[in-house]
Amino acid sequence: MIGKLTLGAIPFHEPIIMGTLMVVLLGGIALLGAITYFGKWQYLWTEWFTSVDHKRIGVMYIILALIMLVRGFADAIMMRAQQAVAANGAAGYLPPHHYDQIFTAHGVIMIFFVATPLILGLMNVIVPLQIGARDVAFPFLNQLSFWLSVVGAVLVMLSMFVGDFAATGWVAYPPLSELGYSPTVGVDYYIWSLQVSGLGTLLTGVNLVVTILRMRAPGMDLMKMPVFTWTALITNMLIIAVFPVLTATLALLTADRYLGMHFFTNELGGNAMMYINLIWVWGHPEVYILILPCFGAFSEIIATFSGKPLFGYKSMVYATSSIGVLSFFVWLHHFFTMGSGANVNAFFGIMTSIISIPTGVKLFNWLFTMYRGRIRYHSSTLWTVGFMVTFAVGGMTGVLLAVPGADFVLHNSLFLVAHFHNVIIGGVVFGSLAAITFWFPKVFGFTLNEFWGKVSFWCWQIGFYLAFMPLYVLGFDGMTRRMNHYSNPDWHPWLIVALCGAVVIGAGIVAMGIQFAVSIRDRHAHRDITGDPWNGRSLEWATSSPAPLYNFAHIPQITSLEQHWDDKVSGRAYSQPDQYEDIHMPRNTGAGIILSGFSFALCFSLVWHIWPLAVASLIGAIATFIVRTYDRDVDYVIPASEVARIERDRYVRLWTTVSSPDLRPIHFEKAA
Amino acid sequence: MLNLLVRYLRIALESAMGATSARLPRWLVRLLCTVPAGLLAGCHLALFDPKGDIGVQERHLILLSLVLMLMVVVPVIALTLFFFWRYRASNTKATYAPTWAHSTKIEIVVWAIPCVIVAFLAVLIWRSTHVLDPYRPLASDVPPVRVEVVALNWKWLFIYPDYGVASVNQLVIPANTPVDFVLTADSLMNSFFIPRLGSQIYAMAGMQTQLHLIADAPGVYAGMSSAYSGEGFSDMRFNAIATTGIGFRQWIQRARGAPAKLTRDAYRALSQPSTNPPAMVYADVDRNLFQSVVNQYMPKPKAEDMSAMASMAHPTPKQVKE
Repeated sequence: MIGKLTLGAIPFHEPIIMGTLMVVLLGGIALLGAITYFGKWQYLWTEWFTSVDHKRIGVMYIILALIMLVRGFADAIMMRAQQAVAANGAAGYLPPHHYDQIFTAHGVIMIFFVATPLILGLMNVIVPLQIGARDVAFPFLNQLSFWLSVVGAVLVMLSMFVGDFAATGWVAYPPLSELGYSPTVGVDYYIWSLQVSGLGTLLTGVNLVVTILRMRAPGMDLMKMPVFTWTALITNMLIIAVFPVLTATLALLTADRYLGMHFFTNELGGNAMMYINLIWVWGHPEVYILILPCFGAFSEIIATFSGKPLFGYKSMVYATSSIGVLSFFVWLHHFFTMGSGANVNAFFGIMTSIISIPTGVKLFNWLFTMYRGRIRYHSSTLWTVGFMVTFAVGGMTGVLLAVPGADFVLHNSLFLVAHFHNVIIGGVVFGSLAAITFWFPKVFGFTLNEFWGKVSFWCWQIGFYLAFMPLYVLGFDGMTRRMNHYSNPDWHPWLIVALCGAVVIGAGIVAMGIQFAVSIRDRHAHRDITGDPWNGRSLEWATSSPAPLYNFAHIPQITSLEQHWDDKVSGRAYSQPDQYEDIHMPRNTGAGIILSGFSFALCFSLVWHIWPLAVASLIGAIATFIVRTYDRDVDYVIPASEVARIERDRYVRLWTTVSSPDLRPIHFEKAA
Repeated sequence: MLNLLVRYLRIALESAMGATSARLPRWLVRLLCTVPAGLLAGCHLALFDPKGDIGVQERHLILLSLVLMLMVVVPVIALTLFFFWRYRASNTKATYAPTWAHSTKIEIVVWAIPCVIVAFLAVLIWRSTHVLDPYRPLASDVPPVRVEVVALNWKWLFIYPDYGVASVNQLVIPANTPVDFVLTADSLMNSFFIPRLGSQIYAMAGMQTQLHLIADAPGVYAGMSSAYSGEGFSDMRFNAIATTGIGFRQWIQRARGAPAKLTRDAYRALSQPSTNPPAMVYADVDRNLFQSVVNQYMPKPKAEDMSAMASMAHPTPKQVKE
């Protein structure tokens, strides 16, 4: 009746896991208790959990990512601590079975449940605002996508306490991930959490591509689209192209594990090389999916804080698009050492180094955006410059790894580990944190605390170099990744430095937490009255902060690339309209969360082979979907009078607290 | 060691500069070469202290590529920091051009610079990938030693088909003699890697890969699996012992007198998962053992007799490179 699930699935004998479980349980009870005590359930349910507002869904994505960042970081520091003590024959404190799960979970969590939700959250919040839309094309689908991602994250977290997680490395190469070598439920948790969150990501991809292509404000042709939206468009096209590959690959692995098939097994004609090719056909575009929107965010930030338009907008668009295309022609560089011929290896090596051309162009364009600017040293500028320096290094080591002859000795080494952390922390994490700082007031109506933001930046920056530069050295010394213990005494000091670096990064995460707390406490002092706290350039800064439910009272008419800036210059900005219209908006629904609840039950029962529950929850999910499909009450109208009241309040606030010259571009007067 | 690295960096620098026929001042070349080389030489890193020709070429390739790229990366980083400082908001003396956002000249330059670097790299990649192809036999007057490698869970089996001996977790090879490896795995995928000799290659079940290495000097070099393969992976280490030609022949003689024999049964016992077994030597190895390991996942004939299988003509598996 309950499949393979027994009480023995809970690892009572593991003190570290049980300790974590206690903390999670106590923390969870405290949180639920607090919500009940303050009577916030109703508010959470009606305003957030059932919301179809793209801004709220975006915020929930980012909260999910930050929570999972803490988990992923806990894994990271445990690994660093293990390698710092397990030297010269010592076993360390984590036995291989536990350690192997930790590095697998670390990779899976950081890519799927930190980086991906950060990017999806940012795109959700920003894209409709930048293109002058009231919401995404399919608001309910958006909600469903988010809650499916949550299901994936919950499954990964649950695997720690009920059963175990995959001990295969984050891409789960067969034959190790096959039933014969990974007989526990670990890989099954891996499969179903990725399948369900991957479905969410794919649906978001469809949603945002349609939104960008069909819902731009009148006049905004493609070459008047802000560069962040451009990067979002390319990223979502990549998502649509490659996430089905991930789904299919995992489905084949599932067939092997559940139905006794032999796609990737050693036996009966199976071939693991097929999986390795397929997973990287998804996996390499995936890293561009993550980095491109960050490039977009940096472009917006550097232009805004330099007080200049982005240098070479067209170059930026072409560079982004060509990265999107080229990302499909490089996957083999993940396994130059699998015995392909020299022609094949050389082709993929050259294709990979060609990607550095558009990427290099981007760096130069940011450089020349700063040139002859007036750069304000805001924390999001610091993140951007920190990124430019760090990413230049990471890009270089990436191209080195693309040289097959060099990869023959650097493959699978700590050099590789240092490289991809260099680009993912330096690019995706810095980019997302810069973007959060930059766009926070647009969603919440107040700016973040600068002091703690800068503390966080310096901790991340210094911590990153301390943690990962030693790994480059260790890679040159022939240390491979994923080692539980080692006997080479030369490696030990470098790994201790790396641990110190991880601790400094931890301080950066704590500083970020303090930043949020302090900012919320001081929110009244840092209200963003104008809706344009940074003297911004694109459309999202034209509406109030926090942006109203409907984003724009009137859909703006677009005449230029930097619409808001040009409006400010010409004095058209902040002119109060004479009359308002009814606004048609999507209605909140609980269907997404209910569907996801069934999906969770389905995935959990599939992991544990609880077939009756699996069938029941699948039927439940389909039934919910059908009921939702026939629900005609999915929208409502905000009457013009209500819009007028909200907008009037905004303009009263605006004109009573801010004198009109403040609304002119800061530097414009001087320059003119 | 230091001098060698300085020499390599200088060659790299000069060959990179050669194309533009620019002459760098002598002192600049010396500075550019000595500082990074000194840093690297100070730690005796395995990849910068190779003991085999393949490793030496790969070190050269790494340094050459790095120098080539540093020629762009260093100026970009320097300019980033310089512009960031020069055009700070508080520096009102700096020119401010609030509408300047396009310059065809600069755009051409910023596309051209990476294109030129990548063009150089592309030639370098094409040539070096062919020269360093792991499947390419090494040119040498000395006939090569053949070694068949089987990755087991979690140890390495080395079979010397020409001598009929085998060893576990200990690879003995003569120095200055090319070694032709053919590799497979019993079940899980691993990667065979001796950092100080050069290239690694995957060992995969049901398939065979090839690798050609040479040790330029006698010595003991650490070897390992560099592809994670489960619980015992971290202990999947071995010593690659490069000896003189005489030392190698003596070792073969001793191995032939070893008490243990690697029969099919002994192999079956050995292939059971274990961690950190002592280094072992086997005399008298089944001549077809390696091929039967490669072919073990092929559909079996009715009679499940392994010796019958071994005498079959073995078709080359599709995945195996000719």
